[in-house]
Amino acid sequence: MVPTLNGRIQTRVFLLLVLGIPWTVLVTPLAPHPAGATLGARYGATFWVLGEVIVVGCLLWEPLYHLLMQFRWEKDWPIMFILLEGIPEGVLAYVLFRSIGPSGTPPPASTATFLTHFIPLWFFVWLAAIGPLRVVFHRWRFRGGRIV
Amino acid sequence: MPADGAAPTVVGVGPGGDLTPQLIDADVWTDEMVQAAGIPVVDSPFVTVGGGMGSFVIADFLRVYGLPAASIKVLSVLDYPWQTYEYLTQCSQIPARERLRSDSSSMPDNLWGFPSYALIESWREKTVAPIWNVLTENIFCDYWTPRAGTVFKGMQKEADRIGYWPMRAKGQVRMVRRRHGGGYFSILTPPDGTTPTRRVAYRSLVVHLAIGYPGLKFLPDLQSYRETYNDHERVVNAYEPHEHVYDELRRKPGVVLVRGGGVVASRILQRLIDDRDNFGAQTNIIHLFRTFIDGPHGPNLFNRRRGANGWAFQGFNYPKSAWGGQHWARFRKLEGDDRKQAYKVIGGTNTPRRKSWLNQQARGRKEGWYRVYVGEVRRVLPGESGTVMTEIHNPKDADRSPILEVPANFVIDCTGLEADIAEHRVLADLIEHSGAGRNVLDRLDVERTFEVRGTRSPPGRMYATGAATLGGYFPGVDTFLGLQLATREVVDDIVELGLVRRMGSARSMAQWARWTRGVEP
Repeated sequence: MVPTLNGRIQTRVFLLLVLGIPWTVLVTPLAPHPAGATLGARYGATFWVLGEVIVVGCLLWEPLYHLLMQFRWEKDWPIMFILLEGIPEGVLAYVLFRSIGPSGTPPPASTATFLTHFIPLWFFVWLAAIGPLRVVFHRWRFRGGRIV
Repeated sequence: MPADGAAPTVVGVGPGGDLTPQLIDADVWTDEMVQAAGIPVVDSPFVTVGGGMGSFVIADFLRVYGLPAASIKVLSVLDYPWQTYEYLTQCSQIPARERLRSDSSSMPDNLWGFPSYALIESWREKTVAPIWNVLTENIFCDYWTPRAGTVFKGMQKEADRIGYWPMRAKGQVRMVRRRHGGGYFSILTPPDGTTPTRRVAYRSLVVHLAIGYPGLKFLPDLQSYRETYNDHERVVNAYEPHEHVYDELRRKPGVVLVRGGGVVASRILQRLIDDRDNFGAQTNIIHLFRTFIDGPHGPNLFNRRRGANGWAFQGFNYPKSAWGGQHWARFRKLEGDDRKQAYKVIGGTNTPRRKSWLNQQARGRKEGWYRVYVGEVRRVLPGESGTVMTEIHNPKDADRSPILEVPANFVIDCTGLEADIAEHRVLADLIEHSGAGRNVLDRLDVERTFEVRGTRSPPGRMYATGAATLGGYFPGVDTFLGLQLATREVVDDIVELGLVRRMGSARSMAQWARWTRGVEP
């Protein structure tokens, strides 16, 4: 991929909203969770994580990736990088969730809840970004990943 | 003028049927002038001149956007769009089974670039290797690139699907002139005896020029040698047929001098070394670089290109982000000298880094049959016993540096110099009569929409894509993906004229589904 900073941010927000919301809605009732946590509290936790990935992604991660890309002659971002981004982003999301995310007794989500939600989410977003998105937005790849 | 996709109609055939002095002199033609000359007129809302890859890509886009095949005319001497490309790749040693220098999702037959060539190859050949390569390319491995034959077959299929073949009108385009009242006349000279008149005029609202390279140019010293000594056997250009060189080198030991540091030189070296390995040829290779790159190079930490052993390494002919990324965004804003300077930074001769090539050359250096020289050629002369003598010197120290005389049985020019755009008759005529100009690299000046600046004939518009437009707001013009990027700009601009409607997501998805099923747009 050859994103611009604007394109990166637009692509992230679009995919996390369009794929992330249905995925979160679907997976939350089915994901493993602490005994006694209400469905409402569990939704609160998973949507908090989704929101964190969008907000911290736009404010921290994408500008950082953009900066790192400047050291590459081609100014490209190999598609494997997008998949690997999930590791540091997942770690930070987990740490933030544990430290400042929703809490309670019983806790609304466990590590297993987080992983069941986050890992497939990242994979779906990656899969969409490397191919099918071009079919929906045929101009997308010709303008740095911008949707609008 | 029909803009509604009506079938072309032939009107008004008078006496003569050839260009008159009045037509040749006039910048703008009236319908009456053309009729008085007896030139038959064919109406078609959209005309594309060239008939190569550029014309094919725009015909494909227009069909997918919804323009009927009957509203498109392709004026060309070619039998099929990839004919010239295929010829040049074959001469420069890329037969159908070998791989091009092109990205997996740069697909002239698929405007979405999905599923990519690598996915298709993985599926067909039941192997994950291409997918794995694309996933890890430019990190752990070289870029994956498609086979030439795959690209040609894909285009054949897409041409059939979009009804490309009946769009063609065979012949040489002599000129394109503005029409009084709007639009353009494109004058076609059909093959002798195929039409009642010598010329046919195509009257259109939009003209698209995709005429490719104005022509190939030899290095001046080699041109002068060929002309002076009438020797076209020993000094050859990589882009012309030169199989006799390999034939002779297989029959008897010889020395060949390869000139140039680009992808064509890489391919020619591969062929020479393959022949050593497979047929026991005893060829000694001398490789002459004018500029020797010995390591990473570039103006600063953020602009450093890999290089080694003389070569500058780059996946494609420009940094990848020239096609829709950061370089694309930046170039769109640059004018004049700033743009020229930016072309300099990302330009320069380069070749993709391929392990197989590096290994071959390393073996050659070790075993002594591949040697690299650096310098400029002073002149080329006939040598002893049928050889060609190349005199090399260091131009920076011309007085003191010794002149090196390098005898060789053959010289292969891989520098790929291109002729001036005015060498092409249609472009020369445009500059003289239609208000077209030159850009910072002296090629055809186009807008960001690829409209040829200065040639508007309201409501008609003239566009150009491909090699002739290098130097504009988009660097990667002369590539598969570049043709698609440029064509998208053109077609989105044509929307204003009412020929087609802007293609949104719903149509895009529906059309892609039709593409996957192989049914017409």
